[in-house]
Amino acid sequence: MATVEAGLDLGHAGAPRPLARPILRKLASDLTARIGLVLVVLFLVMVAAGPSLAPHDPRQVTVERLATPSLDHPLGTDGLGRDVFSRLLHGARLTLGTALLAAALVTAIGLVVGTLAGYAGGVVDALLMRVVDMVLAIPGLVLALAVAGLFEPSLVAVMLGLVTIWWAGYARVVRGLVLSLRSRPFVEAAHAVGASRWRILARHVLPSAVSPVVVLATLDVGQLILVISGLTFLGLGAPPPTPEWGAMLNDGRVYFLSDPQVVLIPGLAISLAVLGFNLLGDGIRDALDPRLARLVVRPRALGRRWPRRRAR
Amino acid sequence: MKRYVASRVAWLLVALFGVSVITFGLGVLAPGDPAEIVVERRLNQPPPRDLVDAERRNLGLDRSLPVQYLNWLSNAARGDLGRSWLKSIEVSDALRQRIPRTAVLAFTAAAFSIVIGVPVGVLAATRRNALADHVCRIGALLGASLPSYFLAYVLIFVFAVRLNAVPAFGFGSPAHLVLPAVTLALGPAAVLTRLTRSAVLDVLDEDYVRTAKAKGVRQRTVLYRHVLRNAAIPLLTVSGLSLGHLLGGSLIVEWVFAWPGMGDLAIGAIHDRDYPLIQGFVLFSALVYVVVNFAIDLAYGWLDARTRGAG
Repeated sequence: MATVEAGLDLGHAGAPRPLARPILRKLASDLTARIGLVLVVLFLVMVAAGPSLAPHDPRQVTVERLATPSLDHPLGTDGLGRDVFSRLLHGARLTLGTALLAAALVTAIGLVVGTLAGYAGGVVDALLMRVVDMVLAIPGLVLALAVAGLFEPSLVAVMLGLVTIWWAGYARVVRGLVLSLRSRPFVEAAHAVGASRWRILARHVLPSAVSPVVVLATLDVGQLILVISGLTFLGLGAPPPTPEWGAMLNDGRVYFLSDPQVVLIPGLAISLAVLGFNLLGDGIRDALDPRLARLVVRPRALGRRWPRRRAR
Repeated sequence: MKRYVASRVAWLLVALFGVSVITFGLGVLAPGDPAEIVVERRLNQPPPRDLVDAERRNLGLDRSLPVQYLNWLSNAARGDLGRSWLKSIEVSDALRQRIPRTAVLAFTAAAFSIVIGVPVGVLAATRRNALADHVCRIGALLGASLPSYFLAYVLIFVFAVRLNAVPAFGFGSPAHLVLPAVTLALGPAAVLTRLTRSAVLDVLDEDYVRTAKAKGVRQRTVLYRHVLRNAAIPLLTVSGLSLGHLLGGSLIVEWVFAWPGMGDLAIGAIHDRDYPLIQGFVLFSALVYVVVNFAIDLAYGWLDARTRGAG
């Protein structure tokens, strides 16, 4: 990945400078990114406080089935008379929480595997990268579905399916980062003063690889939400009556022709969440140092992640 | 070029090995004892132990995993993917029946995505920062953010329920193809639009385009002869990516529209825990994906003179 190596050259002899401040400054001047930020903050509030804001018990079945919106039920009720608004508020924590947790997991796995491959080199590197190639050779959603299907339907099963396919792209990026960091002057200096391999790895290489990968994961949350809600929509996620967004859509299917709102409302919630994270992610990418931005191209969950480098 | 082809062939071999190991591994990890399930199906009652053991030997499940893998591989290479656990059909027959239906859907969707994505992208690039450009940017963003199942239900609601223009669910006439194909096409179309736009913008800045314009070549000729031809290389890469979208996306779209293809088969099999069928589906999707990506890489190398020249 020559683009990675070239892309990471921040033009400093020392450790890479912090990314956060210039990014925030540029983000503030970008309208679409600000819209994304507002949406993301809104959804994060739902994740944090949703259940305590809900007016009803999301699992409480009542006789008021498929009710139209009213003061008591701001978004109406579903086919079993449950309050849709309360289910949405509770579901945010499950759907978005799963996505955020998955993002953290793939970041961690990618960091460990990528660092190991990039720093150990040789046979370890070759083996790990071939495993990465193999995972990326299978269409993502197909493999995630088959792996999640090995378990009883649950959000943990969905997460396992997702992590199985998603770590590989991260490992490849981290490996590229570590390779380029290894020959940087501040790492060589640490080596020269007699720091051990592990110390160099833990104190110098890993911290510098973390921030670009965290940025990458931020750009990816929208895609993760899409795949998670897709799998739960197919019935692989938490069983009823769990108020998860994809599952709500699935529950609503039978009522769709007469009462389309029971499908359209959770669908809209998922779409807005994905849109928010995508807008914010695009803004962050635009705001990045252009040389770094070339590195943090958004990986694609459902296809080959990285356009191959053209030999020059 | 020779070295490039060799490296792609090496990748192909690694990928094929990976696909076979992962598919075989799914069968090993699948819940339930295949021998027990097969005997229980046959007898329609809880199976006696000795019969299960006999069946296990018969299926080769008493051998070591590497031997099982090699057996599985040689059977798969001959097109024998075993029998479905729940339905009394060969997996290969089930696939043979479903593949053409999914192929029709995928090819129609691919055609739609090119017909939508490329012209819109060119339009946006040639009218940079005009209204058309902004509309296309928003459209591409929505295309990338809307889940296919949500889009599917919105399309059903508008075009089948309200306008009654096309049938909503099922299979049989060309009209049934419209909504699922459009749903499936919009994601890749959004990606194609974004890519066409930036590819055309890149090429528009090149010296040879300025020269052609200066010579007085007509705008349209410049666009076709110089711009689109050179912009085609990055577009080719994306078609591989779109294929992943189509293969994965058809899972959800087929299920929503009750389109009886491979995706529909696979999701039914997932709900039934019918792992031979799931293995067949994973193997087939992965093989198509790997082979097409390999072909795209070769075409890419052939189209791009820089790769060809690089030894």
